Amino acid sequence: MIPPKEITYAGGGVLSAPPEESFVLNLGPQHPAAHGVLRIKMTMDGEWITRAEPVIGYIHRMHEKMGENRTYAKFLPNTSRIDYLAAMHYTHAFVGAVERGARIEVPLRAEYIRVITSELQRIASHLVGWGAWIMDLGGLTPILYAFDDRERILDLMEHICGARLTYCYYRFGGLCNDVDDYFLQGARDFVPYMRGRLKMYRALVTDNIILRKRLEGIGIIDAEMCRRYGVTGPVLRGAGVPYDVRRAEPYSIYPRFEFAIPHYPAGDSMARYLVRMDEMEQSLRIIEQALDQIPAGPVMGKVPRVLKLPAGDYCYAVEAGRGRFMVRIVSDGKDTPYRVKLRTPCFANLSPFEEASKGMILPDALAMLGSLDLVIPDIDR
Amino acid sequence: MLDYFLTGPGQAFTRLIIYLVAFLAFVGLNAAYLVLAERKGAGWFQRRPGPNEVGPAGLLQPIVDGVKLIVKQTIVPPGTDGLLFRLAPAIMLVPAFMCLATIPYAESVYGRSINVGLLMVFSFGSISVFAIMLGGWASRNKYAVISAARIVSQNIAYEIPMLLVVITMLMVTGTMNLQEIVGQQAGGFWHWNILKGIWTLTNPLMPMTFVIFFICMLAETNRAPFDMAEAESELIAGAFTEYAGFSWGLFFMGEYANIVVSCSVGTILFLGGWQSPIGVLSGGAWGLLWFFAKMYLLIFIVIWIRWTFPRTQFYGLLNLSWKILIPVSLFTLMLTGALLRLPLLLHQLF
Amino acid sequence: MSMIAAFQEVYRGFMSLLTGMRITLGQFLKPNITVQYPRQTLPMPARFRGHIELTLDPETGKSLCTACKLCERACPSECIAVDGAKLEGQKTKSVTEYLLNFTTCSLCGACIEACPFDAIQFSKVYNVVSLSRDDFSRMDMVKQLAERRQVWAQTQPPPAAGTAAAPAIVPQPQDPKTP
Repeated sequence: MIPPKEITYAGGGVLSAPPEESFVLNLGPQHPAAHGVLRIKMTMDGEWITRAEPVIGYIHRMHEKMGENRTYAKFLPNTSRIDYLAAMHYTHAFVGAVERGARIEVPLRAEYIRVITSELQRIASHLVGWGAWIMDLGGLTPILYAFDDRERILDLMEHICGARLTYCYYRFGGLCNDVDDYFLQGARDFVPYMRGRLKMYRALVTDNIILRKRLEGIGIIDAEMCRRYGVTGPVLRGAGVPYDVRRAEPYSIYPRFEFAIPHYPAGDSMARYLVRMDEMEQSLRIIEQALDQIPAGPVMGKVPRVLKLPAGDYCYAVEAGRGRFMVRIVSDGKDTPYRVKLRTPCFANLSPFEEASKGMILPDALAMLGSLDLVIPDIDR
Repeated sequence: MLDYFLTGPGQAFTRLIIYLVAFLAFVGLNAAYLVLAERKGAGWFQRRPGPNEVGPAGLLQPIVDGVKLIVKQTIVPPGTDGLLFRLAPAIMLVPAFMCLATIPYAESVYGRSINVGLLMVFSFGSISVFAIMLGGWASRNKYAVISAARIVSQNIAYEIPMLLVVITMLMVTGTMNLQEIVGQQAGGFWHWNILKGIWTLTNPLMPMTFVIFFICMLAETNRAPFDMAEAESELIAGAFTEYAGFSWGLFFMGEYANIVVSCSVGTILFLGGWQSPIGVLSGGAWGLLWFFAKMYLLIFIVIWIRWTFPRTQFYGLLNLSWKILIPVSLFTLMLTGALLRLPLLLHQLF
Repeated sequence: MSMIAAFQEVYRGFMSLLTGMRITLGQFLKPNITVQYPRQTLPMPARFRGHIELTLDPETGKSLCTACKLCERACPSECIAVDGAKLEGQKTKSVTEYLLNFTTCSLCGACIEACPFDAIQFSKVYNVVSLSRDDFSRMDMVKQLAERRQVWAQTQPPPAAGTAAAPAIVPQPQDPKTP
């Protein structure tokens, strides 16, 4: 397709139509696409976007302020709700930061279970992102298949901690409940089942020529743009940079596991798609290894009764479903933090959208928005 | 008096009235229950039951939906072109009825056997595009106009390969009368046009021709994966955005009626119409059974395709038509022409 | 050669479409996985987090809660209000009023972990429904315990002749509390 002469594709961008001929289209905070409450003000020249300005803040719930007014234990439910699709990862980051500060020792069995549940959570998160994105593109069936797989993961999680979405399962020093054989056997059975499903998704969706034509070459975010905006996660790996927090800033017991970091150099939506599908496979590998190595033992370490972190700065970064999530706790010695800073990945991931969508037509821009896999509460916190 | 109408010369008139009523009922019921079939099909493709609360297995759902649509207020926004706005849904639905007048459902079940039946079907089929354009234009809504313009360009792009394919068929069958076309496909299923071309060497690429026809039919009726212009309503608005209540219902019915007509034409041209696949059991009610079986099989495939694939990009859609389908259908046209002339040529040479 | 490549791409693309259709047809022929909810239900797992409830001591039928207010202090959403009083002949306080504001409860379980007597637990109730908001913003746990005690009482053997039945706890607030 040939755009009008003055508009170039991503990276450039000149307003071609005189201002009185372009119009502003508001992709309002409520729309049937599955992103959340994100408002995008698009200045359009006919069908071509000349400027797409995201407006955020519609779901700002002041998590960081709540962190200042609550003790460390009372902040735990908040962590699940920042990004509800990757709740385990976020709880892991906060719990890890406090454990680092208070020098709490976590038993090995608890670490293994944390890894298993985190990787299951990553698969569940990618399934939703993938399904919702394909639904945006018009394929209304794969999301139902994805949710069927997700039901199995959620049933396993419900079995161990009783909740399906906002888990609040980790505690300082370990977990709140131990897992039993039903969970371990269920996780073991889940791995080959999911591998079969991933094969089906490859044949049904990934190889589909219609999807390839929709995604290849669309929405190029290259590595240089990623560096400028601080993009992490599958978006960065889809630009060819093999950066994964589990390797770059190792935490928990991830150094014990063998897994690859999928990255594709193209930087278009198809590369991001393939990165996510491959990440699901790598998560399955990690789960397999963890299930083989998991030791017996306690799941809760020694935690002081009243938890106070010594004064100072404590950080902990995890590879959440969407990128690098970091918690920074500034403590002044009391039992509530002085400041809780949540560095969320989706805020950075949304940032290149304005620059990259110049000169695209609207459906392509929405395909790109889906490829960024945004969860808006994560942006607004 | 009754004699005149039942057995005398007024028989044609009686037949016409009966068929008119029957077609109205057929199209109406089809449009309504095809919606249910689509929703249940969508459900089963997605491993869920589809509507099953209203009535046994959801069979009363279309009736309830129809009542809801009728009861809703038909809003005519101010500033729209009043006449065109109200007329567009009717223009959408009426040509579908007209097409059905010539389609033979069984050996003796047809409205009228017209010598140019095929031409008539396609002429009327093109009018429904006109209706969408009118509807979009009369809505006085810039998004509706953009969407309507897209639908028109999509339909024009896919008319061409469709007609090229039909001309190929015409060369093979030699007649435009739909009843005769079906008559030529008597015998077993190897006599059906889709396979006959292979062994009579008139068009070995006939199955591919059928596939082209099918794709064009999907694009003509704006079905997924070619429903960019109206599913874009998720983002901006479709051509029908200003229509509420039963006028929207009429557009919807028109879309499904178009699907019924297109699948009927596909059955007649390629799949042998009301002929049975085993050569016997073709007469009377059996013909009706075979016709509906084939037509509903094609409709099932249409529904199946919708719930499997994402939408094509608009430019990809046009590229597919202009760059792939038209050259290929031109090629099959020339191939068929050459192969039909071949015996004569050989005779002249030797 | 690029002509051949173009044809190959069209062919491969077309085959990918047919593969996709085959997969959805396979799914079409499988049974559906929907549980028709009001008519069929799924069993709740043992650790399911419904709203909290007072634990019934299986031997005495009383609550184990001593109104120490540890749960009230542990709650991040401040949705528990406990009050207790010492009854005659009891060594510790007994709970007289236990109100839960379920509209702000986040089901985190901090209260249950804070309780040193295991006096509260998650219930398995997932389909609470009511016509008034007060039924959720002032969930009366003591009343619910009394209802459950009646069910429990029917499973107990009747008291032998001559011995007095264990006195049931009667909620008697000592000071009037403002809601």
